Amino acid sequence: MKNRKVGKPWFFVIFVLILALAFTAFFGVENYYGDTREVYTKGAKDIRWGIDIRGGVEAVFSPDKEDADITTEDMDAAKAIIETRLVNKSITDYEVYADNANHQIIVRFPWAAEESDFDAAAAVQELGETALLTFCREDNKEDVILSGAADIKHAEPGLDEKQNYVVYLDFTEEGKSKFATATAEMVGKTVSIWMDDTMIQNPTVNEAITGGTAYITGMANAEEAKALADKINAGSLPFALTVDDSKLQVISPTLGSDALNVMVIAGSIAFGVVCLLMIFRYRLNGFVTAIALLGQLAGSIACISGYFADSNSFTLTIPGIAGIILSIGVGVDCNVIAAERIREEFKKGKTVDGAIDSGFKNSLSAVIDGNVTIVIVSLVLMGAFGTPDNILAKVMSPLMSLFGTSITGSIYSFGYTLLVGTIFNLIMGVLASKYMLKSISRLKAFRNPWFYGGKKNA
Amino acid sequence: MRNFKIDFNKIFKYVIIAYLAIFLVGGIFAAIFGVELDINFSGGTKISYAYEGSLAEKDIKAIVDEKIDAKYDLGMSTSLAGDTQTFEISLAGKNALSAEKQEELTKALVEKFKDNKVELYNSNSVSPTIAGSFFAKSIVAMLITAALVVVYVGIRFKNIGGVTAALTALVALVFDVAITFVVCIFFRLQIDSNYIAVVLTMLGYSLNDTIVIYDRVRENKRLSPETEIGELVNVSINQTLVRNVVTTVTTFLAVMTIVVVSELFGLQSLRTFAIPMAFGLVSGAISSLCVSGPLWVIWKRSRAKKAKK
Repeated sequence: MKNRKVGKPWFFVIFVLILALAFTAFFGVENYYGDTREVYTKGAKDIRWGIDIRGGVEAVFSPDKEDADITTEDMDAAKAIIETRLVNKSITDYEVYADNANHQIIVRFPWAAEESDFDAAAAVQELGETALLTFCREDNKEDVILSGAADIKHAEPGLDEKQNYVVYLDFTEEGKSKFATATAEMVGKTVSIWMDDTMIQNPTVNEAITGGTAYITGMANAEEAKALADKINAGSLPFALTVDDSKLQVISPTLGSDALNVMVIAGSIAFGVVCLLMIFRYRLNGFVTAIALLGQLAGSIACISGYFADSNSFTLTIPGIAGIILSIGVGVDCNVIAAERIREEFKKGKTVDGAIDSGFKNSLSAVIDGNVTIVIVSLVLMGAFGTPDNILAKVMSPLMSLFGTSITGSIYSFGYTLLVGTIFNLIMGVLASKYMLKSISRLKAFRNPWFYGGKKNA
Repeated sequence: MRNFKIDFNKIFKYVIIAYLAIFLVGGIFAAIFGVELDINFSGGTKISYAYEGSLAEKDIKAIVDEKIDAKYDLGMSTSLAGDTQTFEISLAGKNALSAEKQEELTKALVEKFKDNKVELYNSNSVSPTIAGSFFAKSIVAMLITAALVVVYVGIRFKNIGGVTAALTALVALVFDVAITFVVCIFFRLQIDSNYIAVVLTMLGYSLNDTIVIYDRVRENKRLSPETEIGELVNVSINQTLVRNVVTTVTTFLAVMTIVVVSELFGLQSLRTFAIPMAFGLVSGAISSLCVSGPLWVIWKRSRAKKAKK
């Protein structure tokens, strides 16, 4: 290769680019028009935190039914219904995964800090209910007139003429005719209305009901009426789901916010310590390393928050933060290997340009091999502990479907942050560091080997 | 600065003895005190509550006895900073509590200790089946990683006999993982899902350490192909010694910062990550320097002897 010289301005160009990336990735770029917030780039505060940090619920549901009788359609239907139920509870920031191989449904949702009396165990039980509304003849649960979404089109909370809270039901054509036939035969008898195994009402039939509508009375208040209507509209699960044979984890938001603060404090101090050590030992070269590490960190944060306004944020958990720390460690190593090589080259009597050149050249293979090993580790982790729908998981599924789906999304998070951290390490630690150092070393003020950890020129 | 001339092939046996001694003591400790498996691996239920003021253990027990008829443990703890008090109820394996039972228990405790503002802090309940499958999955993930790394190193370091080099690198890795396990036993830390993260980190870190040395061996072999293998490896280790020390000290300090800060704030969830990790990093450096390379030399020399015969 000829012309190995890098222009003097390059250092400043890269430096400014990294600072700009760091600033926009840490703080975000946004504008307020009155109350509307326009986001240009997402900052660290837009990161979606895992439930181990902000508090929340992780539940693994298993169907209350023999495995052989469960179809993929059932699982998909169950997943969709659980999602609707979560939205009905105004939880929109949820994650729901269906694992068809092991017949599990994994649900994660955050627990808002303001709800101190949130009863997570009850909420989870409610999510797993079948929620099948059934009309039966007299009090006999077995003698079904109509039931479920095939017969009931829509439910709506409302008031009857006496201002009592009720839920209005709108039948489908099929339900309408079934109900009309049944009620015509049953004048003077009772009809019972069941939600799963609980009878909620048993009114007496006065005349044949042919209009295709009915209503359920006996609601204590507007909330109760709305909750029942929502439940009916969300649909019934093909089977009851329980967490008792699987997993239920609840973390309070207090515990979560403590963890986050501690991580931020610990992370900042650790980053400062690393930078100081680098500058202390490698001087100007260490300063360049610190900039490259800042760039690597900013790159990782950007990949986690999604950076651009319309991309989704990755869920960051505590092990995910550990992954960032490890990748920074690997980033340090990459710079240390190069810096030590440069010092060796000085001892062989090389000039500044020659030492920097061969220092980076000789360290490259070690850095690449080390980083590829780390990439292998992170890819396997993402495949083994990721959600069932990611590509890596699909590649590894012949082996991994022997086991349950990732009940620990946290390890997936570790793999992801390690992967993006390592990629940015290759960009920052290998490329950016080299160009910054080569460029700054051409400035007259920095021609002395001392600045790069060598002996001072007399 | 001076050049290091340590004979790593010579100190190999002392390092091995030291490692084995630590493992032996660790094994004895494990046999006496047992290994604390987190419920993610063993199954069970763990519920902790935060409270204010003071609570007597026997008062809590009275309530819990009423609600739970299985064997349970009750532990009280306060964070080092002293601002968070918690008590934890744990049940092993088959005795995992149903969601309904958990709800009842929480209601009863909150009601009974109104003045202490008892609040659910953290609860985790895992069935033994799920726990077992998670454990098996973790092991398989590690084996896959190890196999892929051997293949990669085997290809990249073909000219120095990559596969045997990769295998001795794995021996060093096993030592490091065993050290993190012993650390968990000494510090009475639970083996939980964080520990899996530690082991996986060691996988990357320890191999990286060894690879940097092998890279130097590869380079030196190119420069002087005639050098005896023991000499070649020893020179390479000495040449990369400073890098190894600097990187280890730097990452060790970074992890220690996390240990100190999380201990100050009483954040248990980080303890099981950071403490084994800190020791694992140190072991990773020592084992790469003193175990993998020299072990590889012994292997190569014995092969060369056999070939002569």
